[in-house]
Amino acid sequence: MPSETTDKNNVTKPAPAGRTLQNNDAMLSVRGLKKVYQTDGGPIEAVRNLTFDLRAGELACLVGPSGSGKTTLLKCISGLMAPTEGQVLLDGVQVSGPPKKMAVVFQEYGRSLFPWMRVRENVELPLKNQRIPKAERDRLVDEALEAVGLSHVPMSYPWQLSGGMQQRVAIARAVAYQPEVLLMDEPFAAVDAQTRADLEDLIRTVWKKLGVTILFVTHDIDESVYLGERVIILSSSPTVIQEDLVIDLPAERDQLNTRSLPRFTELRHHVYEQIQLAKAGHRPAAAAR
Amino acid sequence: MDNTKTARRRPTKELLGIAGIIGFLLVWEVIPRVGIVDARFLPPASEVILALVRDFGLAAFWLAVGETMLAWLIGLVIAVLAATLLGFIIGSSAFLRSFTNSTVEFLRPIPSVALIPLAVLLFGVKMESSLMLIIYASFWQIFIQVLYGVADVDNVAMNTAKSYGLGQFARIRHVVFPTALPYLMTGVRLAASVALILAITAELVIGSPGLGREIALAQSGGAIAGMYALVLATGLIGVLINLVMRFVERKTLSWHSSVRAEVIV
Repeated sequence: MPSETTDKNNVTKPAPAGRTLQNNDAMLSVRGLKKVYQTDGGPIEAVRNLTFDLRAGELACLVGPSGSGKTTLLKCISGLMAPTEGQVLLDGVQVSGPPKKMAVVFQEYGRSLFPWMRVRENVELPLKNQRIPKAERDRLVDEALEAVGLSHVPMSYPWQLSGGMQQRVAIARAVAYQPEVLLMDEPFAAVDAQTRADLEDLIRTVWKKLGVTILFVTHDIDESVYLGERVIILSSSPTVIQEDLVIDLPAERDQLNTRSLPRFTELRHHVYEQIQLAKAGHRPAAAAR
Repeated sequence: MDNTKTARRRPTKELLGIAGIIGFLLVWEVIPRVGIVDARFLPPASEVILALVRDFGLAAFWLAVGETMLAWLIGLVIAVLAATLLGFIIGSSAFLRSFTNSTVEFLRPIPSVALIPLAVLLFGVKMESSLMLIIYASFWQIFIQVLYGVADVDNVAMNTAKSYGLGQFARIRHVVFPTALPYLMTGVRLAASVALILAITAELVIGSPGLGREIALAQSGGAIAGMYALVLATGLIGVLINLVMRFVERKTLSWHSSVRAEVIV
């Protein structure tokens, strides 16, 4: 608890930060992001101070204990919610509303897909909205459905498909949109373990093929280490960055072999420990100093 | 096993329904014939059906049906358009919802028939009087449903649409409208029945042209079987309207969970 008082005296000192890059190298920059919700019970500080950069084409995972403001952060990055302080830059341009170069995949695929549209129409809608010509649209939709292995069900309704397949449709919709940054909010939290492993590999494949920058939010430690080139660990709320960790596993990943590497186990241990510390209320040195 | 079971159960259900109608007609036939009720006030079913069949051959009958249905249709269309438009506008704004809520709750319970004197004052014995009652009664049915429908929009669906850059108009078209559509359809189906009731009532009480006035005329002219035949005709129209509305509902909402089970077995 002594950190509480020192914290307040320390507002001007640099906050704990994730890795930052030179301006031109960063695709996505989060700078001093803070979000305070005004509620009837008084203000609630969900996110205190977050700073990190994503290089173009990077796949970073964001983990944190539950209630650590992951969803709040993602809403601010995606322009669905304005931060209280700080800013988000996409390719050097400040985000003030949902940017065109960004797509979001939500955890609740059942609610994110429109039940009144067939699979194909769901994937096509954002493209139609951008007035992309029909031929181009068809090509993009076909490619996206192909990429997620769903070219055989374009005329089905989402609710006729299994949970894993529905989330594939949502991923296809994001892929067809051709974003430069793809945000994923715990996308596999509601599917079974085997489907989840398949979808993780799908994300790695899509990522490599498209060269898209991905920020993948998860509460699953194994998943974050397996998927990411980098894992950003959040503290408990009010959120700061606990650690920004490079995942030095080989680029070719494989559910069986990668997960049995000694290095995988080490990294997993490390992230796990950090999350436990975060849960226990430990704050990184720079925040407590 | 299960398939043959359901296949066998279905015709039985329909047969039972037909048997029920025949049973009802038989009871109706017998009651006046044995004198439980005076045949002058309740003619036997066969007589009434005969009168109805005779009506089917008369141009005047079809003219009356046409007038009633025209008032019904015009009234319903105006009510649907007005209620949908206002429902979407008011439903989309928390401010307007609170602002109009108490007024709506005051106006809605006023029975449409209480407006009959006003309608006569304003429009006299014309179709406009019927229209006023029809529109007033069906408007609320649809309006309330649309309000609920617009409020039912899923947060995640809305955020998805926003994140893909759908503007206000595109969001209303692709998210709010499809969400509210099942509610709207329910409202229209309820309103269609209410509109028929009000159409007949207005003609009966005010004397604007249509089936209702024919019923009143038949009664005062002592054509009791003819009067019953016209009442049967209004009943048949009601059944027909309901069937058509259910059909339309099923077609437009094939994706909706309330219909899915019936579409995909």
